[in-house]
Amino acid sequence: MPWNWAKPSEEEVLDHLIANNNKATELFLRLSAIPVAFVLSIIILLMMGASPLDAFSLIFSGAFGSSGRLAYVMTAWVPVLLCSAGLLVTFASGFWNIGIEGQVVMGAVFATGLMQAFQHSLHPVAVLILAAVAGLLGGALWGMLAGVLRLYGNVNEIFGGLGLNFIAGSLTVYLVLGPWKRPGIASTSGTEPFPSSLWLPAFEGFQISPIEILLGLIAILIIAWILRGTHFGLGLKAIGKNQRSAFLMGVPIGRRMLMAFTLCGALAGLAGWVLVVGTSARHNLFPLISSGYGFLAILVVLLSHLSAFWSVPISFFFAAITMGSLQLALERQLDSSLGGVIQGMLVLSILITQGLKSRWLRRGES
Amino acid sequence: MDLSILITSVLAASPPIVFAVLGETITEKAGVINLSIDGSMLLTAMIGFVVALKTNSVFAGFMAAMIVGSLVVSIIAFVSLTLHQPQVATGFVLTLLCRDLAYVFGNPYAHIPGPQVVPTPIPGLVDLPVIGVILFDQNPIVYLSLLAVFGVWAYMFKTQPGLKLQGLGERPRAAFVRGVNVTLMRYIYTLVGGAFVGLGGAAFSLMVKPGWGRPYGIEGTGWIALAIVIFGGWKPIRAALGAYFFVTLQTAVNTLHGAMPNVPTQIFPTLPFPLMILSLLLVTIGNTEWMNQTLSLLPKRVQRFLIRTLKTLQTSPPASLGTIFKKE
Repeated sequence: MPWNWAKPSEEEVLDHLIANNNKATELFLRLSAIPVAFVLSIIILLMMGASPLDAFSLIFSGAFGSSGRLAYVMTAWVPVLLCSAGLLVTFASGFWNIGIEGQVVMGAVFATGLMQAFQHSLHPVAVLILAAVAGLLGGALWGMLAGVLRLYGNVNEIFGGLGLNFIAGSLTVYLVLGPWKRPGIASTSGTEPFPSSLWLPAFEGFQISPIEILLGLIAILIIAWILRGTHFGLGLKAIGKNQRSAFLMGVPIGRRMLMAFTLCGALAGLAGWVLVVGTSARHNLFPLISSGYGFLAILVVLLSHLSAFWSVPISFFFAAITMGSLQLALERQLDSSLGGVIQGMLVLSILITQGLKSRWLRRGES
Repeated sequence: MDLSILITSVLAASPPIVFAVLGETITEKAGVINLSIDGSMLLTAMIGFVVALKTNSVFAGFMAAMIVGSLVVSIIAFVSLTLHQPQVATGFVLTLLCRDLAYVFGNPYAHIPGPQVVPTPIPGLVDLPVIGVILFDQNPIVYLSLLAVFGVWAYMFKTQPGLKLQGLGERPRAAFVRGVNVTLMRYIYTLVGGAFVGLGGAAFSLMVKPGWGRPYGIEGTGWIALAIVIFGGWKPIRAALGAYFFVTLQTAVNTLHGAMPNVPTQIFPTLPFPLMILSLLLVTIGNTEWMNQTLSLLPKRVQRFLIRTLKTLQTSPPASLGTIFKKE
């Protein structure tokens, strides 16, 4: 037995160094996307004739200026975090779940339906818990449908998901203006708000519920564990890396994909429930209740490069930008979509720097 | 509703979607997916309107929109063709980014009147019975959209460069071996497709839905255009028919309201979107295994009829759609 078995060869050491070096460059490139996006946003603001410094400080104070505003940021953060957790699963298996918006909406619809049915007959705590289960089921059902359309109808999951988003949207408009309309006047502002006994309990003087935040963090922890340490998660990743070899290795691709979509939908549905019962939420069902948080979560997961760990701070950062830029519309003649522009620029810069890096490496080889 | 009135109004409302669908068909034929349509149509609609307003020239508006449409897809082309990054991710990010840019830059121009394309009847032809009013008493943009459908079809299937275009999406390696510069040609067709999408966007803001606002009211149409490309089987004429089908649905649901007074009005405009997407099932379900198994259980006569129907509807994408082409 050769004595130097445990000792790595020179080649291995080199590989290791290169790998580590790559990690450092990787991080550097990822971070360099931030100033790029920042500069692009400054250019846009200057083109609008607005002061960039003023706009950025407005966004910052809009997000963190008071405890009330921070509470709003948290209220946006939790749904984005839950959706990101779900999307990590579908992205790991290489599928695009664009239907996530509809899954959030259906979670909210199911939760609202259950609460309307039982709010006078059951204890509030029981109603809240049952509503969470209903939200999970609603989202899971909608997620599974996108998977079913793909598996049994051969409809590309992007378009199946979009179709289901549109259906969920139409259904909400119908419910809000039809069967679930407010007594007296039907209006698109939504259904009758629920009483405060059906809100998640909050801290004294700080309108955010620890339950929401714990749920979001637990969800992302569970997903990180599933993807890293379970048979199911590794199977999913195998599908995402190479469908053909996963199939040859005996991973049941269709079934795994359905499970991934269902799991993602369930978490999105839970986000829908948070959007109804969360402390700083509007406490009713209204059209567009998903507020684009599902699509925002897609950006978060793309930016985090499918890392569960990085999804946590990035989703918080994105929620802060989204909520903070609302101030632009309130205090200046600017559109609140500027927040979306900054977020989009960030992800685009990442894609470009990543591409430049791999192109540069390819150059080096040849 | 009178049939000729229905056809006239469908033709008048269809150019934006027809242009977008044609553009995406060209781009995807070359093997590139441009997923940014929904956002870039909003952006080009806004740009087209603002430029037409500032210069007081509708023509300048259309030109600006086409340039911006090309600029947007040039990012997808660069990131995917040159940098080899995923097309779907880039397109998705751009669709959100373009939408937000449109809202940000369009903010000062919301809800103000501006120039728009005026109907120009074609002298002589307009007096023809029935089709005169339907076809020749329209906007110039409508004529252009009809010409574009046949132009793109003829280019794609009746010319030498059109054959090469098909090769780009089907077998880029074979095209490369025959001396086609795959990457350059894909760039060109992607940009051309983007210009078409821009034309579609401006056709909204300068004709079908004059002006600008937030929300503008066409949100979601770009996604539908992407679905129609599949529905149309990557063929220009069939895709245009898909676009007319969608606009007909949009027109028809408004008349439904009279028949169902108990249903809230706001629900009707939302219906064509899910309907259009679900109609995709018709063109894709034919090549699933369980469908073929179910069909084999049916009586022979019915079976033959159903198989033939499904086969006619069935479409398949260019073989190398969305893949990365490497020379070595």
